[in-house]
Amino acid sequence: MPAVIDVRDLRTHIVTRWGTIKAVDGVSFALEDGETLGLVGESGSGKSMTCLSIVRLVPRPAARIVGGAVRLDGDDLLTKSDAEMQQIRGRKVAMILQDPMSSLNPVFSIGMQMREPLTMYHGLRGSAVAARAAELLDAVRIPSPAARLRAFPHQLSGGMRQRVVGAMAIAGPPRLLMADEPTTSLDLTIQAQYLGLLKDLQQRHRFAMIFVTHNLGIVARTCDRVAVMYAGRIVEMGPVRRIFTEPTHPYTQALLASIPRFGVRRERLTAIAGQPPDLSRLGAGCAFAPRCPAAFERCAEAPPETTVAAGHVTRCWLHGG
Amino acid sequence: MSIIAVPELEAQAPVSARRQRLPVVSLGIVAIFVLVALLAPLLAPADPYDQSLRLRFRPPVWEERGSWAYPLGTDRLGRDLLSRIIYGARVSLAAGVVTVLISSAFGAAVGLVAGYYGGRTDAVLMRVTDATLSFPVILLALILAVTVGPSFTNVVIAIAVILWARYARVIRGQVLTLMTLDFIAQARIAGAGAWRIITRHLLPNTLNTLVVLITLQVGYVIIVEASLSFLGAGIPPPTPAWGSMIAEGRDFVTSAWWVSFFPGLAILLVVLAFNLLGDWLRDTLDPKLRQL
Amino acid sequence: MAANPPRLLEVSDLTKHFLVRRGALGWSTGVVRAVDAVSFDIPAGSTLGLVGESGCGKTTTSKLILALETPTGGSIRFEGREVGTLDREGQRAYRRSVQAVFQDPYASLDPRMRVGTIVAEPLVINTDLDAAGRRRRVAELLDVVGLPERAATLYPHEFSGGQRQRIAIARALALSPKLVVLDEPVSALDVSIRAQILNLLVELQQRLGVSYLFIAHDLAAVAHMSHTIAVMYLGKIVEVGDADAVALAPRHPYTKALFAAALPIDLDRPREELTLSGEVPSPLAPPGGCRFHPRCPFAMAHCATDEPALRADSGRLVACHLY
Repeated sequence: MPAVIDVRDLRTHIVTRWGTIKAVDGVSFALEDGETLGLVGESGSGKSMTCLSIVRLVPRPAARIVGGAVRLDGDDLLTKSDAEMQQIRGRKVAMILQDPMSSLNPVFSIGMQMREPLTMYHGLRGSAVAARAAELLDAVRIPSPAARLRAFPHQLSGGMRQRVVGAMAIAGPPRLLMADEPTTSLDLTIQAQYLGLLKDLQQRHRFAMIFVTHNLGIVARTCDRVAVMYAGRIVEMGPVRRIFTEPTHPYTQALLASIPRFGVRRERLTAIAGQPPDLSRLGAGCAFAPRCPAAFERCAEAPPETTVAAGHVTRCWLHGG
Repeated sequence: MSIIAVPELEAQAPVSARRQRLPVVSLGIVAIFVLVALLAPLLAPADPYDQSLRLRFRPPVWEERGSWAYPLGTDRLGRDLLSRIIYGARVSLAAGVVTVLISSAFGAAVGLVAGYYGGRTDAVLMRVTDATLSFPVILLALILAVTVGPSFTNVVIAIAVILWARYARVIRGQVLTLMTLDFIAQARIAGAGAWRIITRHLLPNTLNTLVVLITLQVGYVIIVEASLSFLGAGIPPPTPAWGSMIAEGRDFVTSAWWVSFFPGLAILLVVLAFNLLGDWLRDTLDPKLRQL
Repeated sequence: MAANPPRLLEVSDLTKHFLVRRGALGWSTGVVRAVDAVSFDIPAGSTLGLVGESGCGKTTTSKLILALETPTGGSIRFEGREVGTLDREGQRAYRRSVQAVFQDPYASLDPRMRVGTIVAEPLVINTDLDAAGRRRRVAELLDVVGLPERAATLYPHEFSGGQRQRIAIARALALSPKLVVLDEPVSALDVSIRAQILNLLVELQQRLGVSYLFIAHDLAAVAHMSHTIAVMYLGKIVEVGDADAVALAPRHPYTKALFAAALPIDLDRPREELTLSGEVPSPLAPPGGCRFHPRCPFAMAHCATDEPALRADSGRLVACHLY
């Protein structure tokens, strides 16, 4: 079955006054219908920039996609014109961001904001627009959807706003949905509701989903596969269960060991030494080596991606290559 | 002895904004202005009060009948224009600096107190500030000139008495933002009182704004002083002041254009320089402000 | 017969109401019962974890304990003495004993002061150490949090988020407090740095015997750090008890839902799936009876009218009619 989204060796560079930052440095992965990939990493790991690169919304002129291919149903998005991309964004590829208050325009009502994609992409007119908008709000389980169309963003709670954003995202319906920390600003119980909603929507529409987060607990529950990013590269990727029970990359291992777990109380957490890397001053070798407890001489050279088991790849000299 | 391994003290790339190109021209003009004002007696070729009816309305040196003794010409009393302009800089500088210092000190104090205490104090102070802001400076100066008589002191009073309100408004706004930041709550938790918080925490963090405001206001004060002098409500003759010099040449604009032109040009250049400098300061210091 | 040593902090029926003006001319006033008859204890050298979602009152509770707000009712007793009735000297002593570390490492340090001055400020205000004495103490504190002495000469913007939190911790320890309120101390930090800071906090507690009031929305971190956990909902405590008991075997339906939503990373840990419906109600108009009943999957008829009191059940206190 052909992949819905196939990213090959994606590279995005950002030019700053302190040098060129390789924000995305050779990222490759593929997703099928209904599959969810968790993209995990810390600030500066490149996970958000990867998503922006897929839809070519990198902040110009400082950031530029310098290489690779992004195939959506076989079609390379990096070769498309701006006009063609406009037709694809919001329709075939949708994005949900962290802060719903900035995704929604505070001076327009919900109905007016939903009108835009419906008229632009689906050519709906007149009363059909409102009807479809109410339908979408209902699909994301917003009570009294028709009345809500007249409401303004500030009249809704955070969870509601994210649902509205979700409604606009599934209007396509999309082939790929990218959610960048969508629940970080929500309360825990609301978060649980929202994650359940996303999974249900995915089941119904069969879109592929990329879920960007730093919360491994969310990954464990909502994702099929997980890719761990560090300094612009994917250092380990594989099925969630495998990565969580048999991580091979020292960074993944350290990350899992540093997170407090229920039932294992008040023992020392294994801290990762050092600080997150300065992306403007990366050397040629493995970016994690300065903080890696198992680093050795070979690490001065950047390790390639090696397959450890079926569907499980890692970038570490400790595992072949 | 440390409990844990000392982490690398990696100094991040300093956020202190890399200077954009220095505004050389503005800085140069401001510097020349200040120097000229301070060194007037040394620089002026002639005594600005020296009248000579024989030498009335001499044109600038590059015209017929002009001479190097009076490079920019003479006015209707035969006084050397260049010397009067040089001495006029003193008046403008003094008016600018004194007025701005007084009004910024008072205005910042009001803004700090209003922002810190909030509530009724803030409400009362802001109503007073609003009322002050709506009062026209020129009118007040004219009233003073008519009742007490025109003088340098009255100019400073008239302007300062109204100008402070602008500082109060802006500083109060900034203080309100600062008050939401945790380090203020931390100072309170450490036991700091109002005085300490205002002087050691709030004031230093508003200095950037103050500096920018002050620079921009100097130009404004110079224009107001010149306007007042032009109207006869400012510095009284025979003290050379750019505004009154323009007034003196008002009736001779077609015949002896230089009498009004050169003082006017001086005002234009100096005020423009201060405004550009203030803009540059704001752009340079802004990133740090946003860091708050 | 030796008397029981007084608990370090005893909070009884602590209440804080905020008045809210409604109506065009400010006629009718609504009341936000931000904290409503809350009671808990913190023994010396131990950590109380306080959890709950937005509007539950945990931030207001921490402000009351830090004396940044005054209670509308109830009492706070510190080392046996009622805080509200302390004289000026007593209040200053209380201030010295209770310090705080807040969430945002970028807003909790004055950007215009050097680190040494920041850490020394509590000393300047409260002690009569001379400059040399303060310098020594600052060096000692920086060392305790794992920063080199020369950090004192630098400015906050030259440090990373994790390092700034260390500076904030050093400042909090300057007066050798007995209780430190930790309000989301690691949520703004990168995941790989959080463990460093949490470890540091645990070590400091073991070494210095300081107590913590630990507020966080990362329930696993709270369970890791705390000896006791209290769960708040709309101003009330719904469950409080030993941390392991509350985290691993919650009793109150809200606690169950909360910990179910916490999504542990152990895929095989048995979990009771409990997703709540509806939104968190506004604190201006909390539901009658048990405040949680509109969202509770186990609500019974009398939950809407009778407010449950905290009762003992399997080693902790629960406010629920089920028990």
